[in-house]
Amino acid sequence: MKKQLLATLTVGVLLATAGCSASSPAPAPSLAPTKDSLSGSVTVFAAASLTKTFGELALKFEAAHPGVSVTTSFAGSADLVAQINAGAPADVFASADAKNMAKVSTLVGTPVNFATNTLEIAVPPGNPAKIASFADLARPGVKTVVCAPAVPCGAATVAIEASTGVKLTPVSEENAVTDVLGKVSSAEADAGLVYVTDVKGAGSRVTGIPFPQSSKAVNTYPIATIAASKNSTVAKAFVEYVTGTVGRAVLAAAGFGAP
Amino acid sequence: MILNVTGMRRASFSGVPRWVIVFAIVGAAFVLVPLIAMASRVNWGEFVALVSSESSVAALLLSLRTSVAATMLCVVFGVPMALVLGRTSFPGQRLVRTVVLLPLVLPPVIGGIALLAAFGRQGLLGRPLEVLGVSIAFSTLAVVIAQTFVALPFLVLSLEGALRLAGTRYEAVAATLGARPTTVLRRITLPLVLPALLSGAVLSFARALGEFGATLTFAGSLQGVTRTLPLEIYLQREIDPDAAVALSLVLVIVSLVVVGLTLRTAPGSRP
Repeated sequence: MKKQLLATLTVGVLLATAGCSASSPAPAPSLAPTKDSLSGSVTVFAAASLTKTFGELALKFEAAHPGVSVTTSFAGSADLVAQINAGAPADVFASADAKNMAKVSTLVGTPVNFATNTLEIAVPPGNPAKIASFADLARPGVKTVVCAPAVPCGAATVAIEASTGVKLTPVSEENAVTDVLGKVSSAEADAGLVYVTDVKGAGSRVTGIPFPQSSKAVNTYPIATIAASKNSTVAKAFVEYVTGTVGRAVLAAAGFGAP
Repeated sequence: MILNVTGMRRASFSGVPRWVIVFAIVGAAFVLVPLIAMASRVNWGEFVALVSSESSVAALLLSLRTSVAATMLCVVFGVPMALVLGRTSFPGQRLVRTVVLLPLVLPPVIGGIALLAAFGRQGLLGRPLEVLGVSIAFSTLAVVIAQTFVALPFLVLSLEGALRLAGTRYEAVAATLGARPTTVLRRITLPLVLPALLSGAVLSFARALGEFGATLTFAGSLQGVTRTLPLEIYLQREIDPDAAVALSLVLVIVSLVVVGLTLRTAPGSRP
């Protein structure tokens, strides 16, 4: 009897706390209501590098469709894949690479590529180590920080090393591109390899040095609706919005390339 | 184990209402169930191969090495800190104690940011050290510093408590018999609180072993240099979740052994 009560209690607590991880953006200002068939709410899971752009797109989408509310959840693509596999209530998934999208291929609709990103050298303001090219990163005494080969930005780094023949000896292989950026912006490292969009997003905290060999590793971002979505009409509309003109413009402004 | 305890207590009056025991069992299950669930995910067929890969072994050895070094630093600096806090009184003592114990409750990533501000290349101490040719960032030393920072309060806390409980009567007697302060410390005080010192050191070691946030922020992540076992687990999760689970189990076992050692030494610390 008591055990039963406790079990109910525990389940209740678990239910009450489930689904707290998704962060929802501030409600969009209500515009003049247009005739719109879309309504309901959707949850969008997007790679951490899309935090700014997708936050903005979610607000714009809500403004365009007053009956719709979009909840966004940003994390590393691998984390999001694990959550989707565990049955997280997502309607749309935007991954930072095709590899992670492939891991949930049975749970999603057909993915559409919507953006590309390439690597760029980031250096602290003033460029203390006088980095000018990709080969400079391998110079003795230069403290270079890269992503670990296991994560997408690290895989891109390895691809560039292979195509240029320049072997880097980094002082650290970070788990996330944001950690690389942090080590550069705090001037702990002399240089780091991050995405073009990271350099743009960091503003004056780092200086970007583009290098031609970056075209050897172009990262493509796919987006797809989740098959189990309870609101697939809105989910599809959001995917079309991201791949459409508004999405293109917002992504391009942040430095993303066209797919 | 829980059944044993209740069975043992039934013989004599325990004074613990039954509903308290029910809540205690739920609390224990809350801690145990996730660990058991994790153990059930271990791919036993591949276990040995997963935990004996080159990167795993490098991470485990680095973790053990740095944690031992951090524990030694904790003893070297923690014992004097506990003595000063527990046996002397000076203005602002409460404030000092609060600040010293702060890493205990601080999110480790904040510890990492603070350490970066102190020992980083552009840091308060890091900049002069850099001029002298000592570079801490991205070195194994940075890992040890991060681990010592988070582990030190454990030693200070447990030792200071023991010092207060032990009282000063034996020391006072020794002093009146003409023993010098250093002799009193060596012959009376330290032997008196040795069990607490040992359990404090073991706790510090365990905390150092589990350090993640400050290391990630402050030291970086490079195999054999700064990538400790928790960082390796975090990275493996991206590519090989099986390896991450297997390594997690290794860390759980090491931690269990460590906590077991502490529990064995802990009762002695109570007079």
